[in-house]
Amino acid sequence: MFGNNTLTEFIFGRLSWQAIPYHEPILVVTFAVVALGGLALLGLITKYRLWGYLWTEWFTSVDHKKIGIMYVVLALVMLLRGFADAIMMRIQQAIAFNGSEGYLNPHHYDQIFSAHGVIMIFFMAMPFVTGLMNYIVPLQIGARDVSFPFLNNFSFWMTTAGAIIIMLSLFVGEFARTGWLAYPPLSGADYSPGVGVDYYIWGLQVAGVGTTLSGINLIATIVKMRAPGMTFMKMPVFTWTSLCTNVLIVATFPILTATLALLTLDRYVGTNFFTNDLGGNPMMYVNLIWIWGHPEVYILILPAFGIFSEVVATFCGKRLFGYASMVYATCVIMILSYIVWLHHFFTMGSGASVNAFFGITTMIISIPTGAKMFNWLFTMYRGRIRYEVPMLWTIGFMVTFVIGGMTGVMLAVPPADFVLHNSLFLIAHFHNVIIGGVVFGLLAGVNYWYPKAFGYRLDPFWGKMSFWFWLIGFYVAFMPLYVLGLMGITRRVSQFEDQSLQIWFVIAAFGAFLIALGIAAFIIQLVVSFLRRDQLRDTTGDPWDGRTLEWSTSSPPPDYNFAFTPVVHDHDSWYDMKRRGYERPLAGFKPIHMPKNTGTGLILAAISVAFAFGMIWYMWWLAALSFVAMLAVAIGHTFNYSRDFHIPAETVTATEDARSQLLAERT
Amino acid sequence: MQSLFKFVGRLFLFLPALALTGCNMVVMSPSGDIAAQQRDLIVVSTVLMLLIIVPVIILTLFFAWRYRHSNESAPYDPEWHHSTRLEVVIWSAPLAIIIALGAVTWISTHKLDPYRPLDRLDAERAIPAETKPLTVEVVALDWKWLFFYPDYGIATVNEMAAPVDVPINFKITASSVMNSFYVPALAGMIYAMPGMQTKLHAVINKEGAYDGLSSNYSGDGFSHMRFKFHGLQQAGFDQWVARVKTQGTALSRDAYLKLEKPSAKEPVRYFASVEDGLFNAILNMCARPGQMCMSEMMHIDMAGGGGTESHDSRSRLEYDNRHAGEVSHGAASPGATFPATGNPARSPEPAEGVDAPHQPSQTPIQQDMHEGHATPGSAPGGPAAPQMNQPGATQP
Repeated sequence: MFGNNTLTEFIFGRLSWQAIPYHEPILVVTFAVVALGGLALLGLITKYRLWGYLWTEWFTSVDHKKIGIMYVVLALVMLLRGFADAIMMRIQQAIAFNGSEGYLNPHHYDQIFSAHGVIMIFFMAMPFVTGLMNYIVPLQIGARDVSFPFLNNFSFWMTTAGAIIIMLSLFVGEFARTGWLAYPPLSGADYSPGVGVDYYIWGLQVAGVGTTLSGINLIATIVKMRAPGMTFMKMPVFTWTSLCTNVLIVATFPILTATLALLTLDRYVGTNFFTNDLGGNPMMYVNLIWIWGHPEVYILILPAFGIFSEVVATFCGKRLFGYASMVYATCVIMILSYIVWLHHFFTMGSGASVNAFFGITTMIISIPTGAKMFNWLFTMYRGRIRYEVPMLWTIGFMVTFVIGGMTGVMLAVPPADFVLHNSLFLIAHFHNVIIGGVVFGLLAGVNYWYPKAFGYRLDPFWGKMSFWFWLIGFYVAFMPLYVLGLMGITRRVSQFEDQSLQIWFVIAAFGAFLIALGIAAFIIQLVVSFLRRDQLRDTTGDPWDGRTLEWSTSSPPPDYNFAFTPVVHDHDSWYDMKRRGYERPLAGFKPIHMPKNTGTGLILAAISVAFAFGMIWYMWWLAALSFVAMLAVAIGHTFNYSRDFHIPAETVTATEDARSQLLAERT
Repeated sequence: MQSLFKFVGRLFLFLPALALTGCNMVVMSPSGDIAAQQRDLIVVSTVLMLLIIVPVIILTLFFAWRYRHSNESAPYDPEWHHSTRLEVVIWSAPLAIIIALGAVTWISTHKLDPYRPLDRLDAERAIPAETKPLTVEVVALDWKWLFFYPDYGIATVNEMAAPVDVPINFKITASSVMNSFYVPALAGMIYAMPGMQTKLHAVINKEGAYDGLSSNYSGDGFSHMRFKFHGLQQAGFDQWVARVKTQGTALSRDAYLKLEKPSAKEPVRYFASVEDGLFNAILNMCARPGQMCMSEMMHIDMAGGGGTESHDSRSRLEYDNRHAGEVSHGAASPGATFPATGNPARSPEPAEGVDAPHQPSQTPIQQDMHEGHATPGSAPGGPAAPQMNQPGATQP
């Protein structure tokens, strides 16, 4: 008998009308805004007939530059979502006193802090970093694209698919209420039976495919595709830090994938890896997730260090002080980041020797980091510092980051960690290094490389506004959290009894609003710069008097990046070429072999979303069908033999001549 | 040396203290010796690091100002990028600090290991020879704290007390998910984990009522998982014990199983008597009748495993799903919402069983406590053999 209920259940799994939060005013309004905004956007695209353009020039593009830009766009969109979560938490904590529940019950609040962490790390910081690496690394090493251009496109769409899965949880069902690392047993099937943790798992797994593959891609690119003469010790520092970051990605993301796969088995087929009973052990998960989780922090911060190194050398008009020690420091940090994971849970009851070992290895990381700080400092020494926006971010970083480093070392002393762990002091610490380090670095990078990508500089006034709002906002928002941590207040609390704490939370909320102004100023900066693009135009391709190869080509670079592969004799190779009186070749162009666009990456990612949705809602037919479809499309793609083409020599000549003309007009 | 640290520490504390008058930084001014030593470590490590941080910040700002583009009088040397002497300094200065801090870390981590019994009451006083430490067994439940006082045969919910200047030995576990036991004024935190026991040794040196809390997120009722820790003089503590004994009911296994179900904002509750071996049963995840204790399972495993017969033990070892059949009436698992409980997603009401404090009197739990009042040693209504549930008990 195939009853009505069974059929419905077969088709929709555990999805029902109840999963749609139409009775939740905040979400209905959010959904209305998103839907209207989305419809307006789609309407505009259709009206201006942009679909074909977007599809052929962007979505299916295998050009590392376009993929890099799309990564950054994704990161900015997710920054808005993650920041909305942050503002909601700050408001809740500022008002939920005196028996007031605030405006978010725990059910809501717990989802919001989980989503905030997941989105900011996986879908804001990661795509942002990957996007900049994608755009800049091939240009810095004098390559025409990455090693595996199709893989690059596929990686981007998988990351986007992960973001879409996480965003779906906002309107269909709910998100995890477990914190951003989903510790079992709370995240196990028995204590979190809903779909929230499943959204978390599948969102990260799908995005993780993209991250891992893009890591492999960039390692291969850096190792194999450097311009002739560019030995490892002549690579730009940003390329070095990108190499180390991608080594970390490739070595650690499989651990995350495996850990989440074990959790998936626990939740879906009743294994007992991380349960309390039947021989499971949640402590194993905590270890595994942090063996990935700690290197992840360095995956984010190393590229930021690279950006600061480029910025500081360029705007001080001076060679980077201690290049070799900078490189060794990066490599030492890369290796050490593997052997410190236990400092995230000193309080789990390991023996004193184990705790002390991991505490000391953690402190040792501060030695190469300190060396880097001094290297930047002595690059400024006897320089001629131009205070363009990227340099402001760098100074802001140097002052802010050392404070975060200091509180980090405090947390590395196990007995001190016993009183600071899981407190708001910890929250203040990691926001201090993530905002003060990673975000400042990324924003410096955007301001620094934007003219390269779009051919015009970003408006400096709004850039400075954004910088000051962010900087001051950061201090106002997070210094109170340090104080609250010392008052013994823990993280993830949604309601408070002690009235005297309120003032600190109100100050912190005010700081968050200042940061909101910083973000708004950044968006205004993008818009104003676009409107004023003719005044801000850069025709030289080298607006900052740069030192590395990306500044040797035009802005934006042609599809093929370099008409002739440059030959490198020194690090800071473009500075070296300029000094030796380098002449741009004007003739003798040959056809250039290039990879061809393909939509397979996007299609595979779309099917992945369907697969994940099927798995999350127990719609097994959908999961099975989309899995088969995924295999079919992947196999089908192997029969696609038209993967490359040549840019004819005439086109290259025409492009280069146009550039010559621009350069001539300038002088 | 110690007094120098203290002096520098006070000096360091003085500056923020000026700005923060009126706010109670309990971590920086605790009332227990362990927490005080942990505070000293924070101060020492901060001071050590400021030795390098302050010059870096000052140099950054100074260089940023001095070598600004408009300052033509400052020297400009675009090719200067290496100095062996400076490189040695920039690597060895942090190294020296870290060697000092590493030594402090190694020593203090061993000295302040929470598993290590105390060897002093505070900086000036050793432990008097006749002092008998107080044992407190702590269980983190969803979302309240249960404290056993095995020396007195009593138990309490969401309130604990201890005499000042008497070492306390905590044994800590949890019933369902991870929590962390933390009394900031007393000592650092330690995780409370189901099926496992963590230990903490501490002493309170000043009378007072201090905040205790869970510092590891554990689900819906986490925000209110707080209790008062009373530091009392010996006489006051004895009165408190007497009050628990007169006002309390009995904590039988049945009463515990009802208490264990998820609930938030629980009022303080006293138990005048506790069924024998209950803490051990909770620790071994066999408080429910018919469960096999972890200790027994481990014993079987150590003896070479149960062979094919162990299949029969499986259902007796299942623990996490113990509330599975009950979701529709009352208690939800910590993360349970739609679709497991039938609560719509993001309903304005919290998950069932949450934020609905039990009435202090006349709740079913309390009534059952009387019904279930059992003489210590007799496990009520369960096939589990008593010796299995009470490792160390002397029954045949």
